[in-house]
Amino acid sequence: MNSAGKEVSSDQNRRGNLKIGKLFSGDSRLLWTVLALVIILLVDRLISANFFDVRLVNDRLVGSLINILDNSAPYALLAVGMTLVIATKGIDLSVGAVMAICAAVAVVMIRNYEAGATEFYYQPGFVMLITIIIGAICGLWNGILVAFLDLQPIIATLILMVAGRGVAQMITGGQSPTFTNETLAFIGRGVVFGVPFPIYLALAALILVMLLVRRTALGLLIESVGVNDRASYYAGIQARMIKLFVYMLSGVCAAIAGMIVAGEVKSADPHTAGLFTELDAILAVVIGGTALSGGRFYLGLSVMGVLIIQSLLVGLYVSSLHPTTNLVVKAIVVLAVLLLQSPEFRRFITGPFRRTA
Amino acid sequence: MRSRFLPLLMTLLVFILMYAFAYSRFDSFGSMRIIGNLLRDNAFWGIAAVGMTFVIISGGIDLSVGSVIAFTGVFCALMIDRNGWDPLATFVVILTIGTIFGATMGFFIHRFKIPAFIVTLSGLFLARGMAYVLSTDSIRIDHPFYEQISDLVYIFPDRGRFTFAAGAFLVVLVIGIFLAHFTRFGRNVYALGGNPDAALLLGVPVGRTTITVYALNSFLTTLAGIILSLAKHSGDSTIAVGLELDVIAAVVIGGTLLTGGVGYVIGTFIAVMTLGTIQTYLTLDGSLTPWWIKIVIGVLLFAFVGLQKLLSSRQGVFGLKRRPAIAGP
Repeated sequence: MNSAGKEVSSDQNRRGNLKIGKLFSGDSRLLWTVLALVIILLVDRLISANFFDVRLVNDRLVGSLINILDNSAPYALLAVGMTLVIATKGIDLSVGAVMAICAAVAVVMIRNYEAGATEFYYQPGFVMLITIIIGAICGLWNGILVAFLDLQPIIATLILMVAGRGVAQMITGGQSPTFTNETLAFIGRGVVFGVPFPIYLALAALILVMLLVRRTALGLLIESVGVNDRASYYAGIQARMIKLFVYMLSGVCAAIAGMIVAGEVKSADPHTAGLFTELDAILAVVIGGTALSGGRFYLGLSVMGVLIIQSLLVGLYVSSLHPTTNLVVKAIVVLAVLLLQSPEFRRFITGPFRRTA
Repeated sequence: MRSRFLPLLMTLLVFILMYAFAYSRFDSFGSMRIIGNLLRDNAFWGIAAVGMTFVIISGGIDLSVGSVIAFTGVFCALMIDRNGWDPLATFVVILTIGTIFGATMGFFIHRFKIPAFIVTLSGLFLARGMAYVLSTDSIRIDHPFYEQISDLVYIFPDRGRFTFAAGAFLVVLVIGIFLAHFTRFGRNVYALGGNPDAALLLGVPVGRTTITVYALNSFLTTLAGIILSLAKHSGDSTIAVGLELDVIAAVVIGGTLLTGGVGYVIGTFIAVMTLGTIQTYLTLDGSLTPWWIKIVIGVLLFAFVGLQKLLSSRQGVFGLKRRPAIAGP
C-alpha cells in the first residue's frame, strides 16, 4: 500500500505543491496523514513487541500487518468510490446497504446453483457479474436522484440507506443464508502467493481508478464539477454524466466489498452486512484530506485513512485493553487526527507562540 | 396558498390518509387506546426529532442521537440501580453531561470548522463507546420512583392511557414550537440555516447559536434517553442503533429542508406520528413482514424530497442550491 502514498506525492510534485518548508506550514495533507499512520503503527509496536512480525504459515502470510491490510480491503474499496463521490461535492450514505443487497443477491443466487439449478446465470462467474451489475444499478439510482432530480446527495442516498436494508432482508426472506461454494468464498478468503485475495482486489481497484482519473482528464473534470457544477456545465463538461459515473463506480465498489464480506463468512446477514461501513469509509476519506465540500481529492490518502483506522483497531485488538473501550479510543484518535488537520485548530494551539504579523 | 406551507400540508395530508386507511382496516384506530399508545411509543424518538429539527434548520446534522440515548439509558441504570443514586439527581447529572457533550460538538464545528457530519460521527462512536465501557449488559432498574412514574397516567373512558411519556412529548413539542417561532434564538437559527454569511453580517451570534443548537439537541436527546429508560425500566448499551436515521428521515418527511433555513417543528411531530401509525398498522396487520417499514420510510422520503424539489424548481439549469449539503471547511 506504500506505493499509494508515493503515487500521490509524485503527483503533488508534478504540480509543484510539495516543498520542504511547506510540509510544516500547514496545508500539507500528506505529512499529517502519514504522520498519523506512523505514530499509530509505532504505538502498536510499543504495545505488542511482535507487531511487525510477518511469518509464513501454510503458504499464507500471518501477522498483524497482514491483518491490517486484509481488514482494510473492503473499506479501501468503498473509500476509493467514496472519494470520487465526495470530490463531486456529494456523499454516498448507501454503500453499507448496497453491500448488504449485493451480498444477499450473490448468496441467494449461489445457493440456487448449489441446489442444482443449471441455468447459465447461476454459474458462480455470472453470479459475481450480476452482483456487480446490481451494485451499479444501485449507484445508478443514487446518481439519477442526485444528478437529474437535483436532490441533495445526503438525502438522496439516505433513501437507499434506509430502504436498502429492507430490500436486502426481502431478498433473503429475513434469513441469513449460508453457502459452501468455494469460488464465491475465494473472493473473501482466498490466498494468492501467501497474500489474502481481498488485498489484491483493493489494490487493483485503487490502481485502476487512479490510472483512470489521473492519466485521463476525468479526475480534473470530477474536481471541476465538485468546485462548481454550474460553471463546469457552462464550460462544456457533462456534469450530470460525471456525477452519474461516480455514484455508479461507488455502487460497483460496494458490490465487490459486499462479496468480500459474504465470502469471508460464507453467508449474508442482511441486518449486519456492511453496517456502518459507510461511516468508516467517509471518515477515511476525510482523514485522507478530501474535503466534504468537494473539489481536490486524494485517492491514495483516502486508502491511507482506511489503514489508519484499521491499524488502530488491530492495535486495540492485540493490546490488553478491554474490547469495550475500542469505540472510545477510536473516537478520540479520529477526533485528534481531524483536529490536527484543521488549520483553525493548529492556529488555535500555536496562536500564543506566534509573532503577530 | 403560499408554497412554503405546502410541504407541511402534504405531510398532514399523508398522515390523515395513512390514519384513515388504518382506521378503515382496524376500528381500534378510532379509540384513545391506539392514540395514547402512539404518543407513548413514539415519545422518546419524537423528542429527539424535535431537537434534530433545530439542528437541521440551522444547516447542520447530528448523527450521535442513537448513541446518546443508549449512553443515557446505561448511565441512569448504573447510577440508580448499582450505585443507589436518587433518580432525580441522576437525571440532572446526565442532562448536564448531555448538554455539555452537545455544546462541545457545536464548539468543534464552529471553532475548528470541522464538518458537522464528521464531528457528530465521532460523537456517535464516543457516546456508544462510553455506553459499552459503562456496561455491556442490560441492567434492570427497580426503583419506587420508576413505579410512581409508571402509575402517573390518565385513563380515558375506553381504557386508553395518556402516559407521562406522552405528556412529556407534548410539552417538549410546545416548547419547541415556541422556541422556533417566538424567540430571538429561533430567528437566529433560521437565519443561520438560510445563509450563514448573511446571518453573520446581520449580527447573528453565529458561534453562540451553533453551540446552543447542538447543546439543545443533545439535551433533548438525553431527555429522550431518560423517557426510554422510564418506559423500559432498564438500560442497555445496544439499543437505538441507527435511530438517528429514523429521526433525520422524520424531520425531512416533516417538511424541513436539509439545506437549512426552512422547516417546522410541528411538521416533525406529524411525521413522527405518520411513521408511528405505519409501524402500529404493520404490527396489527401481521401479514406484512417487518422489512416493509424500512422500504415504506424510503418511499416516503423519496416522495417528500421529490415534492419539495418540485415546489422549489424554478432555479435555472441545475436548480443549484445556495449552499452545499454539508457545510465544509
